[in-house]
Amino acid sequence: MPGRLKAKIVAGRHLPVMDRASDLTDAFVEVKFGNTTFKTDVYPKSLNPQWNSEWFKFEVDDEDLQDEPLQITVLDHDTYSANDAIGKVYIDIDPLLCSEAATVISGWLPIYDTIHGIRGEINVLVKVDLFNDLNRFRQSSCGVKFFCTTSIPRCYRAIMVHGFVEELVVNEDPEYQWIDRIRTPRASNEARQRLIFLMSGELQRKIGLKVLEMGGNAVVGYLQCFDLEGESGLVVRAIGTACTLEKISTFPATATHPNNSSPSKDMKEPGFGEEAPGVPLSSGPPTPLRAQTFSSFSPSKSYSRQSSSSDTELSLTPKTGMGSGGSAGKEAGPLKALLKQQTQSALEQREYPFFTLTIFPPGFLLHVGGVVSARSVKLLDRIHNPDEPETRDAWWEEIRQEIKSHAKALGCHAVVGYSESTSICEEVCILSASGTAAILSSRFMQDGPLDTEHRLSQQPLCVFSAGSERVEGDMGSSASLGFEEVVSPGCGFCHIPYDELNIPFPAQLTYCYCCRRYKVPDVLFTTIDLPTEANVTGKGCLIQARLCRTKKKAQGEGNAMAISNLLPFLEYELHTQLMNKLKLRGMNALFGLRIQISVGETMLLGLASATGVYLTALPSPGGIQIAGKTPSDITYEQHISNMQKKINDTITKNKEQYEINPPEVVEEIIGSPIPEPRQRSRLFRSHSESSDEVSEIDLSHGKKDAFVLEIDDTDAVEDIHALLTDSPTPAGFYSCNTEIMPGIQNWTSAIQMFTSVRVFRLNANLTNQGLNKIFSDLCENLLKSLYFKLRSMVPCCLCHLNFTVAIPEDELIQVAVTAVAMSFDKEQTLENGKRSGEKTLIKAITENDEQLQFNLELNAESSSPNPLGSPKAPSVDYSSFADRCSSWIEQLKLKAHTIRRGSVKTTSSMEKASPLPEGRSRSLRSNRSYSGSSVAVVKMTPLSFIPGAKIIKYLGIINMFFIRETSSLREEGGVSGFLHTFIAEVFAMVRAHVAALGGNAVVSYSMKECVFMENPNKNQAQCLINVSGDAVIFVRESELELTSVQPQSATTQTSNGGEGT
Amino acid sequence: MSMELDVFVGNTTVLDQDVYQLWLDGHTVSDAVRIRMEAGALQECEANAEVLHSDTTDQFRTFQMCERLLQSPSKVANQLLFQIPPHRQTMLIERYYEFDSVFAREVLGKKLSKGTKKDLDDISSKTGIALKSCRRQFDNFKRVFKVVEELKGPLVENIQRHFLLSDVLARDYAAIVFFANSRFEAGKRKLQYLSFQDFAFCAGQLISYWTVGAVDNMMEDLDVDLEKDFLHDLKDLKVLVNDKDMLDQHKSLVCAQLRGKIKVFSEMEANFKNLSRALVNIASKLTHTKDFRDLFIDLVEKLIEPCRSDKWTIGDLRLFLKHYSSSVHMLEAFRHQVIWDRYMSVIKSCILKMYHD
Repeated sequence: MPGRLKAKIVAGRHLPVMDRASDLTDAFVEVKFGNTTFKTDVYPKSLNPQWNSEWFKFEVDDEDLQDEPLQITVLDHDTYSANDAIGKVYIDIDPLLCSEAATVISGWLPIYDTIHGIRGEINVLVKVDLFNDLNRFRQSSCGVKFFCTTSIPRCYRAIMVHGFVEELVVNEDPEYQWIDRIRTPRASNEARQRLIFLMSGELQRKIGLKVLEMGGNAVVGYLQCFDLEGESGLVVRAIGTACTLEKISTFPATATHPNNSSPSKDMKEPGFGEEAPGVPLSSGPPTPLRAQTFSSFSPSKSYSRQSSSSDTELSLTPKTGMGSGGSAGKEAGPLKALLKQQTQSALEQREYPFFTLTIFPPGFLLHVGGVVSARSVKLLDRIHNPDEPETRDAWWEEIRQEIKSHAKALGCHAVVGYSESTSICEEVCILSASGTAAILSSRFMQDGPLDTEHRLSQQPLCVFSAGSERVEGDMGSSASLGFEEVVSPGCGFCHIPYDELNIPFPAQLTYCYCCRRYKVPDVLFTTIDLPTEANVTGKGCLIQARLCRTKKKAQGEGNAMAISNLLPFLEYELHTQLMNKLKLRGMNALFGLRIQISVGETMLLGLASATGVYLTALPSPGGIQIAGKTPSDITYEQHISNMQKKINDTITKNKEQYEINPPEVVEEIIGSPIPEPRQRSRLFRSHSESSDEVSEIDLSHGKKDAFVLEIDDTDAVEDIHALLTDSPTPAGFYSCNTEIMPGIQNWTSAIQMFTSVRVFRLNANLTNQGLNKIFSDLCENLLKSLYFKLRSMVPCCLCHLNFTVAIPEDELIQVAVTAVAMSFDKEQTLENGKRSGEKTLIKAITENDEQLQFNLELNAESSSPNPLGSPKAPSVDYSSFADRCSSWIEQLKLKAHTIRRGSVKTTSSMEKASPLPEGRSRSLRSNRSYSGSSVAVVKMTPLSFIPGAKIIKYLGIINMFFIRETSSLREEGGVSGFLHTFIAEVFAMVRAHVAALGGNAVVSYSMKECVFMENPNKNQAQCLINVSGDAVIFVRESELELTSVQPQSATTQTSNGGEGT
Repeated sequence: MSMELDVFVGNTTVLDQDVYQLWLDGHTVSDAVRIRMEAGALQECEANAEVLHSDTTDQFRTFQMCERLLQSPSKVANQLLFQIPPHRQTMLIERYYEFDSVFAREVLGKKLSKGTKKDLDDISSKTGIALKSCRRQFDNFKRVFKVVEELKGPLVENIQRHFLLSDVLARDYAAIVFFANSRFEAGKRKLQYLSFQDFAFCAGQLISYWTVGAVDNMMEDLDVDLEKDFLHDLKDLKVLVNDKDMLDQHKSLVCAQLRGKIKVFSEMEANFKNLSRALVNIASKLTHTKDFRDLFIDLVEKLIEPCRSDKWTIGDLRLFLKHYSSSVHMLEAFRHQVIWDRYMSVIKSCILKMYHD
């Protein structure tokens, strides 16, 4: 019995009227955990009941604590008939199980009903007392931290990156059980919500166990998905990257002085020199001495280690922060055989050398090979035994093996930016996985200490990983450290990881345009975020390839076959489109590439989104040439030359818009194994021969040159038109699907996260071309609408534009977008000037407290947003109030913030102003439902950071699943009204739960699932939404500056000292 | 082929003030799109008609969803569904409760019950304000009236506290509530020339000086009821016209003051007794509900019209009223100075406000 869960029901507000006669409600609350239920008293005749209950205590296993949600049901007491349910609140108590996350859940949470939506709010208090558990065979994994963020969370440092963790659990879908025929929709929805809560809890616990087994203490890049397989069941699966993280303490004493006389010291030391493999080097100068130093990589040990020992082992290491020393580029350089074999041998011991991370600690990512992806088409069958989800496991295993072999073919030992997805239509399921083949530094994967300089200074011979390998002949004598500084940090990852004499696919190689030392490909596609240290010319932009393909209606195996046969063509065309659009923008690399293929009964939908950039290290892309097939016809030739001109103009215009003007360099094409310049795909495919899988295809455009578009039929003409019809982003806007946009740093604090959903109904009997046009227009118009809606935030960038497409039913296309719009200051210098001005202003103000208050009040009341003149248009305002006044108010301390809040026109201040005697205000009070406190602002963003702010604490993962159903669709404003309300409700519930955890923002927010079904004839609709993210507390950097000048200087001092030792 | 569903939801609710105004004015989506296009919305951000239509529909839907909250503004601040910065909340509420004075003028003095709602159609066609907007404005009046009707304490503050309105707007609502509560006659043909602002001013005067709340803001009754004792005491003023000596003395005092100062002196002198009788009679009859409701019509018929027909200027009238009321202090036999001043100060400012074409 290792845990005690305590819950207290304080009050309710805004409850719905349940008794028509009195226009009031007799509410009481049931609190349920596992099989134990407590009840509060009935609070009669009130819409704002004050229960003030005792503490309800549940004594439970920590296994249950992880799996089960706390379930709070608000009911209306009825003397004569059954009590009516008002709604429910599910509380995930996982954040309370980790000592570093939240300690209490306290606040107003919306009461949710699957039929009526939010019906009032309830104020609860939840706490957990955990007892120490000494049972090493335990089934729980309390304390393992989960992060949706696909990078090392901001206030942690990575001690070690252990690698891939995955798990899936299956169950029967309650919606498809026989009992569903007789129960109410509400009961069915609630059964489903509860089941999914339970399954995610279980999944998280199981993944946690795996992490503990590997010796880690956290999962980053945690990605959980649902497969609603209908009749055949419900699958919840998750992948992530196991890590050992350490909190970066503001008081460095704890970090720099490991006071642990560790028992594992003997374990770690040999980790460095042991199992020197003495690998026969296939290329490069043999350097056995150095080879020995590479061997430190020993993942097997971390597997065998008991979870209890990992902690001690961590604190043993002297830590000065992996971010220090700008080691970014030091490992950069082609590792080729030696390192590859070293790390590979180590990585091979892991089942899958996959990483769900997309952003890496400096120095971790050495080389990038290209995108690897695999898809397979499966026929779903009923899951017979939920405890043995072997089929699904086997399916994914196949795919992962394939990915692994593709990566190997690219000369890479790891896959980064890895993700998995499915698309289901009836009994056909497409499983997809993709990632970026890469070579990683072993430095975060070994047991030893991490700090480069520290290590180097102590053991000069124990050179870190790549250093020695890069030494090519003449460089042999130079100190490795000195050498490393020569290599530009911004190009290393572009250098090819594969052997140039044995290129896995035909490609045109040149010497790197940055360092001129190593070879780079002509184009680079990746699924990861742009590395922060990368050298980029100009700005980037969102590039999308969109495609629709009709397909005949079919059943079972035949259907699966048909889809399998179509997939390669779909991917080929998507790839061609991407390549052409990339060239049209004068860019040479794609980041954050995400190809989504959705299957419907009569069509397949493909959407590839990525952020194009011009990498300085890569050669400048050539233009696009059009070639006609029938040169005899003069008008035809004219037509072609017109088009050619158009294309050339567009390229020039794009180069201007994205500020791409790379320095002129002399072209020096080096010996490529394939002499003729050709574009080849970096997409790798299944080699499997099984009937239900995609067969191998050659994505290299045959004899055709990719730069040349041949117009031999109407199709090609259409293609070119499609190419040119992508409307440019309006002035002042940038867009990308990655975290940040290269070339923009000076973000303001104004951010606006949004979700937009569109469903388009098609006519029957459309041709492929017609479909393509419609689909493309749908996406383009959606983007246009977004720009228009957010026009007041200009200059701004839409970041993390994440499109999801689906075919909810025949002839319907659904597109959902979640992204964040972030304003930035155009002029960096202007910003600086303003800042210094602000500071003096603040100084002046803070001198006198009263004056301060006065100023604040003035500012709050006046409608002019920013006394210092913000460049924003005033008509539409999306940023929060704080944001508008931010630029200088931000500079003030928290205390000042509270003062301001009080001075803004609020209910509380007015209450004070009117002297109402208690006895007389009876009728008044009944009308006064408000408590006087306004709701705390919670920011949401799909990014891992908040501009201008520092995340000081991660409070735990938010993973919520909601179902909403209606049988009065018209009354709720039709499908749009219904979905609008539901999405707003989901946002509200996420914000409320974050606020209850004590947080003020959600980062890495994403809407994983938005399944919408409608039946307008029956006036019905149903929608399922799954969202996730990390609840955090952030503090404005400006506030930090003011409040913690002292501790900060202390930090730098001590950390310096730490480095010195 | 059609867009089946199209929504946009921001974490911070996106609100366009211009579109909000169009919604409040009761336009349909297509009307609003047309108006926005005419206002040049297409020039922004390379938008097209489709984009504009989608945006307008979406904004209208958002406002419709907010409407439920706006009807009890105190909930706006602590609801969780929409994250709206405080200054935007204030804007939403203020704009929602703003009304057209033309509309308010029509409704003034009418019973705020369902019966009147049928007249909204007529008002709409008469004023040119969209029926939807009329309905919102009328419902706002009704809602405010219903809430403050049961409350104790100062009317304006009550309205401000419960509906979070600005001072100016709260005062206008107080006037509407006051009129609806007292059922003043405001619809007669002769009163048509008076604007809502004229009446609102008069109502403000009455509330400030004649009501229960004016003397003691903690009374049991609704603050907007006039003080019964005061109305009763007004009967004592009759002596001013009933006592022949006093009337003559009063007249001579006023005449002495005004001689040479106003152009219409002779008319004033001839009419003094009538005017004085009218003013005092109005005062003495205020206890009767019927006469009380006719306060404004009486003022117009008995005072303003006679003066107007004699071509008094507003300056003449001001001087006359000033000396008319102050001269009473010199009447030694008159003992009701306090009541007189309380009565005259309000009547004076009301008449002056109402004295225009």
